[in-house]
Amino acid sequence: MTVPLLSLQGLTKAYPGVVANDTVSFDIGEGEVHALLGENGAGKSTLVKMIYGLVKPDSGKMLLRGQPYEPAEPRQARADGIAMVFQHFSLFDALNVAENIALGMENPPEMRDLAARIREVSETYGLPLDPYRTVGDLSAGERQRVEIIRCLLQDPKLLIMDEPTSVLTPQEVEILFKTLQKLQSEGTSILYISHKLEEIRTLCDHATILRLGKNVGECTPSETSARDMAEMMVGSTLQTPERGSREFGEVAMDISGLSVPAPSAFGTALKNVHLTVRKGEILGIGGVAGNGQDELLGVLSGETLTEPDAVKLHGQPIGKLGPTARRKLGVLAAPEERLGHAAAPDMSLTENAMLTGSVREGLEKNGFLDWGATKDFAERIIKAFDVRTPGPGNAARSLSGGNLQKFVIGREVLQDPDVLVVNQPTWGVDAAAAASIRQSLLDLAAKGAAVICISQDLDELMEISDSFAALNEGRLSAPREAAGLTVDEIGLMMGGAHGMEVAHV
Amino acid sequence: MDLSAINPVLLIASLMVAATPLLLAAIGELVVEKAGVLNLGVEGMMIVGAIAGFATAVESGSPLLGFVAAAIAGAALSILFAILTQFAQANQVASGLSLTLFGLGLSALMGQSYVGIKPPQMGDIHIPVLSDLPVVGPILFGHDIILYFGIALTAAVWWVLKYSRLGLVLRAVGENHDAAHALGYKVLKIRLAAIMFGGACAGLGGAYISLIRVPQWTEGMTAGIGWIALALVVFASWKPWRALLGAYLFGGVTVVQLNLQAAGVAIPVEYLAMSPYLITIIVLVILSADKSSAPASLGRNFHASR
Repeated sequence: MTVPLLSLQGLTKAYPGVVANDTVSFDIGEGEVHALLGENGAGKSTLVKMIYGLVKPDSGKMLLRGQPYEPAEPRQARADGIAMVFQHFSLFDALNVAENIALGMENPPEMRDLAARIREVSETYGLPLDPYRTVGDLSAGERQRVEIIRCLLQDPKLLIMDEPTSVLTPQEVEILFKTLQKLQSEGTSILYISHKLEEIRTLCDHATILRLGKNVGECTPSETSARDMAEMMVGSTLQTPERGSREFGEVAMDISGLSVPAPSAFGTALKNVHLTVRKGEILGIGGVAGNGQDELLGVLSGETLTEPDAVKLHGQPIGKLGPTARRKLGVLAAPEERLGHAAAPDMSLTENAMLTGSVREGLEKNGFLDWGATKDFAERIIKAFDVRTPGPGNAARSLSGGNLQKFVIGREVLQDPDVLVVNQPTWGVDAAAAASIRQSLLDLAAKGAAVICISQDLDELMEISDSFAALNEGRLSAPREAAGLTVDEIGLMMGGAHGMEVAHV
Repeated sequence: MDLSAINPVLLIASLMVAATPLLLAAIGELVVEKAGVLNLGVEGMMIVGAIAGFATAVESGSPLLGFVAAAIAGAALSILFAILTQFAQANQVASGLSLTLFGLGLSALMGQSYVGIKPPQMGDIHIPVLSDLPVVGPILFGHDIILYFGIALTAAVWWVLKYSRLGLVLRAVGENHDAAHALGYKVLKIRLAAIMFGGACAGLGGAYISLIRVPQWTEGMTAGIGWIALALVVFASWKPWRALLGAYLFGGVTVVQLNLQAAGVAIPVEYLAMSPYLITIIVLVILSADKSSAPASLGRNFHASR
């Protein structure tokens, strides 16, 4: 038997109160695309950080081509041919592409030579990039190209990719896969982390599944159904969201001809947006991040004020009303950024429940706060949405992403909205929690509320939406019936592949 | 009123002297802020540098040794700030403010026995022929070496930030410390070095006031130059040459208004005295309209968590 490229043997890493990895062992062969699967908090990120030298294992060892491998820092890992594309981009907005790439290299050549090499490599792999553009002006897909090219310039033996497709359009995903397959054919091994099981089935040769820090199984993805893999990850049977009636009432919210200038240098202007949503309807809004999602949410929630007539609720102009006034009328919103926008990180869950719930739940009387009632409200959210936390007194920051997301969505859903606007409701949330959040949105619509769901997860939008529209550079496409839309049609609504082309070598 | 008493050549030569303390402090703080740290203790580090340099120069008889001591004293005080903010994760604004208050008090204590003493003089350089040229000589070739050092430092900082690997890493740390950490750069070490550089520069600036510009020791003699330096960095959009321009503008207006006061111009003294601050800020506000933004991690503490 041949020696595997990288062999992990009994890796263990514990943090105070939690064992992130418990004696994890598996091998990655030469030229193999290996998937690492698991729910949030299963220990995937910790594991790859150990391989990349950011975290030291407590025990266990790694062998690189049969030799002991103990990277003390990322620099050393890179020297040994291990490169990583991060889940949250590790890029510097104010620097240009070439400078960003130079920062990830050990001995970068002169800027001019580097720029030429960036052009060369990016053309070879069909990922065109201008080395002198400022990264802050790039789209999410282009930013990822910067990260990938940063890795490719070092000629890696093992490329680690942490959830690379969550920000890409379907066409961009296809091109990324072609790039990865080309790399594989050149003998590069890839460790691929993703929630998206269909992707893993098309791309990966092997999969290792982690649950609660333990290796709970391996499989060959092309021979295993997505549902079976999901159940291995969760360790129980999955519930597919279902909904009752699909009867729409009168128009609940109506936006016509809305244009809003970009709020900041790196923001997006909304251009002539039309949108209606009826009672009982779920309107899904797709699009790649940074095409006006945050700005649209701001306009709907009341954070951005507009002409009174531009936004109407049941025919009444509300464009000039702020978030609190809109909450009183039944328009609630849950923004994308959990820490800092949807929730105040250092405040307790009870305090966070007060922040958006005070108007509709009557938690404030004559200027005095009713903490008892607020605590009850927070406990109701925790119970109804299965938020895993010791209690409502814990700081929002202490919850894992998925649990906090359940709290944030639950807080709005329980306030019984007429119109609910959510942005990325299941971003970074594991399969079981995502299913329960989607179910709650469906239940809400079945009770007659209008739901606007902005998301980059197309599978999610197809699962729950009645109608679908896409944002592209601040313009909203005409909404279409969601049932029967093909992936190609959706991709075109989202603006195609943003100038990407397939690898041509 | 007698404006003819104002000699334009001497005016330009003396504005360069007036601008140098401000320039030194601003360049130091610029590097600190580029690394993502906001040290509001510039005034405190300057005044401690002023007395440390003054005392050393008086005791040793060597002004140059005084400047070395001033740089060391400024850097030493900045280490206190670095320990508080980088290792104990204290708030940078509060730590910087308290550093200024601490520096003012410490310098008063250190300087008690030096009031009224004249320090040894730092000679101006003299280059045969060049220094004797009319007009150009006194302006370009007749100053002390610290003044030239200040200009050279500006050029060096500009070059390092723009073209060197070190400068790129420094800017990266100030821009996004989490990403820099993920790439394997030592955020705290780089910031510590930047803070110490800023402290040394502030100390030099302070000593320039007490040894060359004034030259004597009085309590609180930096008189807000440290605060002006902080404002200068912001209005100069974190660009070294603009900081030099702003410092010379400030120095120039200061010297001109002193000359105008001496010449007895019929403008109330208070207006003349406020004019350097006003004019410098107005010009730099106009210049900073190009929207170069602050380093994105400025003032945020870094903690390597999992």
